[in-house]
Amino acid sequence: MTQSSKPIPKVPPLIARALRVMPLAPLSMSLTAYSKRVATHHPSLFRRLGEHDHARFVLDPTDLPFAIELEPNGGVPRIKVVRGQGAGDARIAGPIAALLGLVHGAFDGDALFFSRDLLIEGDTSAALALRNAVDDAELDLSEEITQLTGPLAKPLQRAFAFLERRTGVYLTRPEEAEAW
Amino acid sequence: MVMEIVCPAGTPAALRAAVKAGAHTIYCGFADETNARNFPGLNFDRAEMREGIAFAHGHGSKVLIAINTFPRAGDEAIWHRAVADAASSGADAVILADPGLLAYAARNHPELRRHLSVQAAAANADMINFYAETFGVKRVVLPRVLSVPEIAAINVETEVETEVFVFGGLCVMAEGRCSLSSYATGRSPNMNGVCSPASHVEYYDDNGILDARLGGYTIHRVGKEEAAPYPTLCKGCFSAGDATGHLFEDPVSLNAEQLIPQLQKAGVTALKIEGRQRSRSYVAQVVRNFRAAVDALEAGQPMPEGMLARLSEGQAMTTGAYKKTWR
Ligand code: SF4
Repeated sequence: MTQSSKPIPKVPPLIARALRVMPLAPLSMSLTAYSKRVATHHPSLFRRLGEHDHARFVLDPTDLPFAIELEPNGGVPRIKVVRGQGAGDARIAGPIAALLGLVHGAFDGDALFFSRDLLIEGDTSAALALRNAVDDAELDLSEEITQLTGPLAKPLQRAFAFLERRTGVYLTRPEEAEAW
Repeated sequence: MVMEIVCPAGTPAALRAAVKAGAHTIYCGFADETNARNFPGLNFDRAEMREGIAFAHGHGSKVLIAINTFPRAGDEAIWHRAVADAASSGADAVILADPGLLAYAARNHPELRRHLSVQAAAANADMINFYAETFGVKRVVLPRVLSVPEIAAINVETEVETEVFVFGGLCVMAEGRCSLSSYATGRSPNMNGVCSPASHVEYYDDNGILDARLGGYTIHRVGKEEAAPYPTLCKGCFSAGDATGHLFEDPVSLNAEQLIPQLQKAGVTALKIEGRQRSRSYVAQVVRNFRAAVDALEAGQPMPEGMLARLSEGQAMTTGAYKKTWR
C-alpha cells in the first residue's frame, strides 16, 4: 500500500470522448445490481454510515463524461449514472484513478485532498462517513466481479492485473505486506 | 530498549494495517463521545474492539483505548461503562484525561493500566507526579508545546513514562485548553471530542479557487496549484490592518522523525503518531516509516530519509515546539 509521489493517471481525452456515447441506463442497472452484491458482503459499511445511510452521494470522476449518484439506501444501494456533475448531498470529485485508489485503500483521502487531487463539496460529514466506511470495508471491486465468473475467474484476474500494470490505476486491493 | 511506536486506528481495518506494518502499540476509541476523535464513520463498537484487541495480541501488539473526553454532568455512566468495557475487552491500558474518571478507574479497575491523555495538558513534573501518586498513572502523553530540553527536564524528575507526538496533524495549543473551535461551531475537543467538526466544514471550489469554511466563516482560500488545508481556526489565514497571514500557525503537519535520537536521549519511552481520522493506507505508511527509524536507531544506524510529505497537511512539515522558534 503506497501513496506514491507519481501523479495520479488520468483517462486520455480521446477515450473519455468516446465514452460520451455510452448508453447510461444499462450501466446504471448493472452498477446497481453490482453494488447490491457488494452490500451483502459488507454489511458493516452501512452501519458505519450511521445517520448518512440514506444520503445521496455524487461520485464524480472528473476525467470521464459522467457522474455516479449513489444512494446507500440503508443497505439496498441504488446507482444512477448521469451526464454532467450530478446532484446530491455530498460530492466527491477527482480522476477515476484517485477514486478507485481510495476505494481499494491504496491512497489516503486526506492526502489526495491536500494535493488537490480530490474535491469534497456539500455535506462534509456525509462524505467523511462514506470515506471512513469504505476504508474499513477493505473492498476489492475486481474480486467481486471475478467471483461471479466461475472458470473465467483466473484469466479475468490476470486481465485486471495486466490492466492495472499498464494504466497505473488500482483496480484491485493491494496486498498488505507483513512487514514484521 | 527500542522506542515504542504508538499508532492510531480509526477503524478495525486500520488497526490490522497498523499491526501488519509493525506498530508496537495501537490506540483507538469507542464509537461515541467518550473519545476525542468522535468523527462520522470512525471508531469501534464493543464487538469490533474485542476482535481488534484479540488480533493485535495474536501478533504481539498492544492496544490502548482512549476515553479522553470530559464526562458531562449527569451522564458520567457513559464514560464509566467505557472504562469497564475497556477492562473486559482486554485492553492493555486506557488513556484518560478527566481526574474524576481517573479516580473511578483507579477505584473500580485497579488492574487496568492508566495513561494520562494529552487532553489533560500535564506539562510539568509536579503535575505528572501528582497524577501518578493520586491515580496510579503509569504514562503521560505530553502536550505538543514542549521543547526537547523541557521534556528532558521532566523525565529527570518523574518515574512516569513519557509519550510524545512525532507525526501528524498539529494541535498548536496545549490540548484540552483550546476552545477556538467552539467560537465558530459551538463544539470543541473537550466537550464533544471534535475540533472543527465535519458537520460545520464546507468547501467551495470556484474554478480551482478553493474556499474552506468553518461554521460559515472562510478560514482559508487557496489557488489552483496550492495545497489544500483543513479549516481549523488555529491554522486559519486572517487579515488584520494591512497584513494577511497565518496568525498562530501555518497549515503544516508535525514530523519529528529526525529528532528521534534526541527524544530518546531525553528519556522518552514512546513515540505517538496522530491520525485516527486517517486511512489504513496512511497508517501503514507512517508506521513502516517510523518503525524503520526506531529500528535503525537501535542498530546504531543513521535515521532513514522519510517519505511522508505527501501525507501531510499543506504538504509541509514542521518540528513544532520541539525546536522552538517564534514569529
Ligand atoms: S483549534 Fe487548533 S489548537 Fe485548538 S484544538 Fe483545534 S487544532 Fe488544537
